[in-house]
Amino acid sequence: MNRKLLISMLGSMLIAASAGAQSKLNVMTTTEDLAAIAREVGGDRITVEAIARGYQDPHFVEAKPSFILKLQKADLLIVVGRELEIGWLPPLVQQSRNGKIQPGAEGYLDASLGAQILEIPTGQITRAMGDVHPLGNPHYWMDPENGKRIGKEIADAFDRQRPGNKAYFDQRLNDFTTRLDAAEKKWLAMMAPYKGTKVVTYHRSFPNFAERFGLEIVGYVEPRPGIPPTPQHTLDLITEMKRQNVKVMLIEPYFDLKTPTAIGRETGARVLVMPPSVGGVKETSDYFSLFDYNINLLVDALKK
Amino acid sequence: MSHRFCYAAFVLVVLSAATASAQAAPQPPDAQALRSAIDDLKKDFEARLSALETRLAAIEGGQQAAAAQPLPAPPPPPPSPAGEPPSAATFSAPQGSANAPDGAASKVFNPDMAVIGDFLGTAGRVHTDPANNITPAPAFEMHESEASFQAVVDPYARADFFLSFGEEGVNLEEGFVTLTSLPGGLLTKVGKMRAAFGKVNSLHNHVLPWADRPLVIKNLVGGEDGISDAGVSVAKLIPNSWLFLEATGQVFRGDSGSPESPLYQTSQRGQLSYVAHLRGYQDLSESTNLDLGASWSRGYNATGLPQDIDNLTTRLIGFDATVRWKPLRRSIYHSFVGRSEVIWSSREQPDGLQSGMGYYVSGDYQFARRWFAGIRFDGSDRAYDSSLHDSGGSAILTYWPSEFSQVRGQYRRTAYAIGPAANEFLFQFQFSIGAHGAHPF
Repeated sequence: MNRKLLISMLGSMLIAASAGAQSKLNVMTTTEDLAAIAREVGGDRITVEAIARGYQDPHFVEAKPSFILKLQKADLLIVVGRELEIGWLPPLVQQSRNGKIQPGAEGYLDASLGAQILEIPTGQITRAMGDVHPLGNPHYWMDPENGKRIGKEIADAFDRQRPGNKAYFDQRLNDFTTRLDAAEKKWLAMMAPYKGTKVVTYHRSFPNFAERFGLEIVGYVEPRPGIPPTPQHTLDLITEMKRQNVKVMLIEPYFDLKTPTAIGRETGARVLVMPPSVGGVKETSDYFSLFDYNINLLVDALKK
Repeated sequence: MSHRFCYAAFVLVVLSAATASAQAAPQPPDAQALRSAIDDLKKDFEARLSALETRLAAIEGGQQAAAAQPLPAPPPPPPSPAGEPPSAATFSAPQGSANAPDGAASKVFNPDMAVIGDFLGTAGRVHTDPANNITPAPAFEMHESEASFQAVVDPYARADFFLSFGEEGVNLEEGFVTLTSLPGGLLTKVGKMRAAFGKVNSLHNHVLPWADRPLVIKNLVGGEDGISDAGVSVAKLIPNSWLFLEATGQVFRGDSGSPESPLYQTSQRGQLSYVAHLRGYQDLSESTNLDLGASWSRGYNATGLPQDIDNLTTRLIGFDATVRWKPLRRSIYHSFVGRSEVIWSSREQPDGLQSGMGYYVSGDYQFARRWFAGIRFDGSDRAYDSSLHDSGGSAILTYWPSEFSQVRGQYRRTAYAIGPAANEFLFQFQFSIGAHGAHPF
């Protein structure tokens, strides 16, 4: 009698465990930003992990075999797309032995498809322009409006993968969108007095952010995307910054500060290390704090 | 008509007024509303203008493509010839949507194509001894032009082709299909490929950290071509909770090696060659990792064929270790890769068994975003006579103007078993066009 009870208890526990394991969607993302949004939408019904850390240059990630092991078990792979990951993701996905996450398969989601993409080149492009992205600027998550669009894409993918949890994911997406709307209003209000402020950035990481929050990017520390600063370009930039009275430079955390600091000394512009990604600095632990941190950083600098 | 003209004139006047006022000093607040209305109008006007310009450019592009065709016969308008460089219209196709122009639609399935040029210059004196495999490289040489074609075949497979053009002649360096989603976690390749023996054998010339291949590869593992043959490769991950562990088994026809450094040669259909490789990888920290491998290979050699002996074999055993360091926060500026391989060769010859050994140890340090300094020590017995031992050392400096080109200088000193030591300077210039390839790891 006791034994029967024990067996049935064990059996039901096993079933419960396997059902639980089955319902938890295993999500891999290429960046921490996508992981943060997936976490907002997926809640406790998913596990999610990012390949690249927020403080590393997402163009240059090493294709470590340890990532293959993680991709092998993934149900869903969410990528930034627009060729951001072209230098490192294809070999990882190929070696993952996971048919679900191959490009074009059900478990492969390009988060850029619903987003507003800037700087899509028109006309002939060549590599004389540097490492240009022919499909447009891939740093599109730096606009909360795109954050909502990415959230929607991710929720749709979750729904397809786990139709049983559709109501849960949709409710969480709603909640995320509502909170993001409120936060965006607050951020826009904070930035409103500084509309039209001219800035210089290192790489083209902030066009969406600048457009949303009314900054005007007038130059780059890099002469061309992916090409490190040259003395001539730096001199030209200093002249231009003086002419246009640029007082703020936004530098991604993974770039060397030597040239930006020198330019700042010459022009009187403040050098702000501004993370373009969740996890870029320790204060930016989720999608909301990414904007909170950056906007506070900017407002503090512009107030002075 | 005259109404429209009036409207256009009005817009122009308003626009010029707006730009003039924009240059002027701050405005009274009641002008703000008017100004924003004008700004909207201006934006709308600019958007329409740029849309028209894009359409015009597309039409003109089409006409140019048509004009470029040599035959006077009237060319069919939109579908442009395949292989033409991507036109403006291809890239301005919005947001990856399906409504790309007709000409682009046929190109969508073209494979990713790239060509990598490898120019090699060599200076310095070297004692010529063709009988002992010492043939000096020419002063200048377009060493290799590698064309790659890569694409997904269908939901189950992808294909990769690498054609290696010398100054004369073409060689299929690799051409294989990879089955990406077989059950049981098997990664299977079918075709001609560089074998998974150690590290260097599987690398193409353009991703090597040196301008040449180490002596041990030249003497024992088939030289520049290495173990590269037609066959089947199956790789499986061995699940465990400690590290990445991958076992690879490969079966080849049995022909490998370069003309100056032959390795395997088959004289019957059944004389296959085999490669087995076990790779273990572990992240030691976020920035440091260790990659270890053990390899085994066996195939038939041709040394007995002149005497009608066709069952002589060569066996190779190798161990490789790679340690990599790359701090993530400064990953584009600093890194270090240390690597080493040790390889033993047992070669049956009509005059008896020759058992030789060779190795290399190298380190490459990236000290700035575009600069790498490296050093290498290598030494190896010769496969056909293990009493002959060559050894060498190199210092390498590499500069990357961009991700797509590379300039390298290498000083190499080689003490050959016979004859005086050679001091050479190698100069390598590599450049790549076409699709953006993956960075090697």
